[in-house]
Amino acid sequence: MTQGLDTKATRALARTVRRHVVQMTHRAKASHVGTSLSMAELLAVLYGGILRVDPSTRESLDRDRFVLSKGHGCAGLYAVLAERGFFPPSRLGEFYQDGTRMAGHVTHGGIPGVEVSTGALGHGLSIACGMALAGRRDRRPFRVFALLSDGECDEGATWEAALLAGHHRLDTLVAIIDYNKIQSLGTVKEVLDLEPLAQKWKAFGWEAREIDGHDIAEIHRALSEIPLAPGRPTCVVAHTVKGKGVSFMENDLLWHYRAPDATELARALAELDAEP
Amino acid sequence: MRAAFFNTLLDLAGRDERIHLVVGDLGFGVVEPFARRFPDRFLNAGVAEQNMTGVAAGLALCGKVVFTYSIGNFSTIRCLEQIRNDICYHRADVKIVSVGGGFAYGPLGMTHHALEDLAIMRVLPGMTVVAPGDPFEVEQATRAIVGQPGPCYLRLGRAGEPRIHRSSVVFELGRAIRVREGRALTIISSGGMLETGIRAAELLGEAGIDARVVSMHTLKPLDEAEILSAAAETGAIATLEEHSVIGGLGSAVAEVVAEAIGPRGRLKRLGVPSAFAPEVGSQEYLRAMYGLSPAAVFESLKSWL
Repeated sequence: MTQGLDTKATRALARTVRRHVVQMTHRAKASHVGTSLSMAELLAVLYGGILRVDPSTRESLDRDRFVLSKGHGCAGLYAVLAERGFFPPSRLGEFYQDGTRMAGHVTHGGIPGVEVSTGALGHGLSIACGMALAGRRDRRPFRVFALLSDGECDEGATWEAALLAGHHRLDTLVAIIDYNKIQSLGTVKEVLDLEPLAQKWKAFGWEAREIDGHDIAEIHRALSEIPLAPGRPTCVVAHTVKGKGVSFMENDLLWHYRAPDATELARALAELDAEP
Repeated sequence: MRAAFFNTLLDLAGRDERIHLVVGDLGFGVVEPFARRFPDRFLNAGVAEQNMTGVAAGLALCGKVVFTYSIGNFSTIRCLEQIRNDICYHRADVKIVSVGGGFAYGPLGMTHHALEDLAIMRVLPGMTVVAPGDPFEVEQATRAIVGQPGPCYLRLGRAGEPRIHRSSVVFELGRAIRVREGRALTIISSGGMLETGIRAAELLGEAGIDARVVSMHTLKPLDEAEILSAAAETGAIATLEEHSVIGGLGSAVAEVVAEAIGPRGRLKRLGVPSAFAPEVGSQEYLRAMYGLSPAAVFESLKSWL
């Protein structure tokens, strides 16, 4: 067991996030279930102990900032925030619903705990750079974590930000890539191959580490050692499986779009409950 | 206008530690004093305006007042989505500054002609849009926008415009300045066309036509009362802008006049047609080509009336 990690509780949190995600996308007939499932362990480790923020400190100037740059994964973020007490889990029923504020891309207005609204890809890392610069200038201890999709590494702005963070040695900044290998119209390899991805970040002045993005201990180890190298921003390339945890959603582009129907929801929940 | 902006910014930054300046690798000869005096509040983001804008939003979300700065269209439409989502939606305290509005960089070609910026910035929710008419208005506007939290676009002309106003003039965001009284028509100008408007009014005066001149330095929020007064009291409004006739001052005034309940008067929009300039040339040359020289404005208004 990694020091400071409650493996059992973190695994349970990831499972609960997944349960919420399939229920939310079913109720809402929403897209993007696969992308919320692939990052469940990353969110569980971040909010289960890495991020120095909780409902009582969410306005603190010294809190760690989390930027969900892959805004379409918002169901996962809303779910983990609800489970960590930022708002009641009953509010997850608002997802996509008329007259609510719980948009299908992550939105900060009226949703406690959400730092930044995103949804257009390639925006989050720049904002995170600005936050890290502000923290450095104000000599505040917070770190900034940005969670990116692999697809948004196609965006030029992501690399503009990567260049700036490396140049300015923003070592309180962490980019985590949810590398689930599937983007909107095909696999990353087919659409616009990112490999060698970790080397690209290193070439931009970052310290990069590749991990299994579903291995809680490995995630925790990497995120407990920030910065991975002094004077360098950290990039964690998390190899994940799109749709992870629900067998018939795994590695299938369809689940970037399709919402589970009642039968599929029941199967998905049964599989998640049966997980060891 | 450029010098007035930087001198004012330096003064403000000396008294307000929140003020940061983020530039897109432009401003040779003008940004250095700020960079030297406030090195930890200056950032050259490189030739990367999307990131410049996102970084500015991130700084602002941590309590800073951030000016982004570049020339022409680079600080506005190159990074439009970052402005819309990262700045406007978050109501981030970022002031977007562009130098070289209109044809200020005329010889550099169409990439450097900034003729749609006001229309595009004006449509963004929560954005204050200011195009000052002279160095005095620049100084006053720079102070005013720092005192008003939230997104703002500040469009500057070039260097070396003459000062029009006397110091006694009161500047307020969203409140036009009546520069010259008149009863026969009102010339409403935006940005650096103020000087042209005044000169055209002088020529009209010599021809016996008594023209009012209004500097509409703030396009959003717009001083609707001043426009309605002009319509009611002078019966004719001519808008004057170094910008496309679509979406800028002319459109903004037309929107107000079209919905007016009282007298609407007549309206003429003087500006640049929605087309790329077929030639390059100095600012003066290109203005004249589009009928925006004082003499051309005088002629067209005289025949219009």
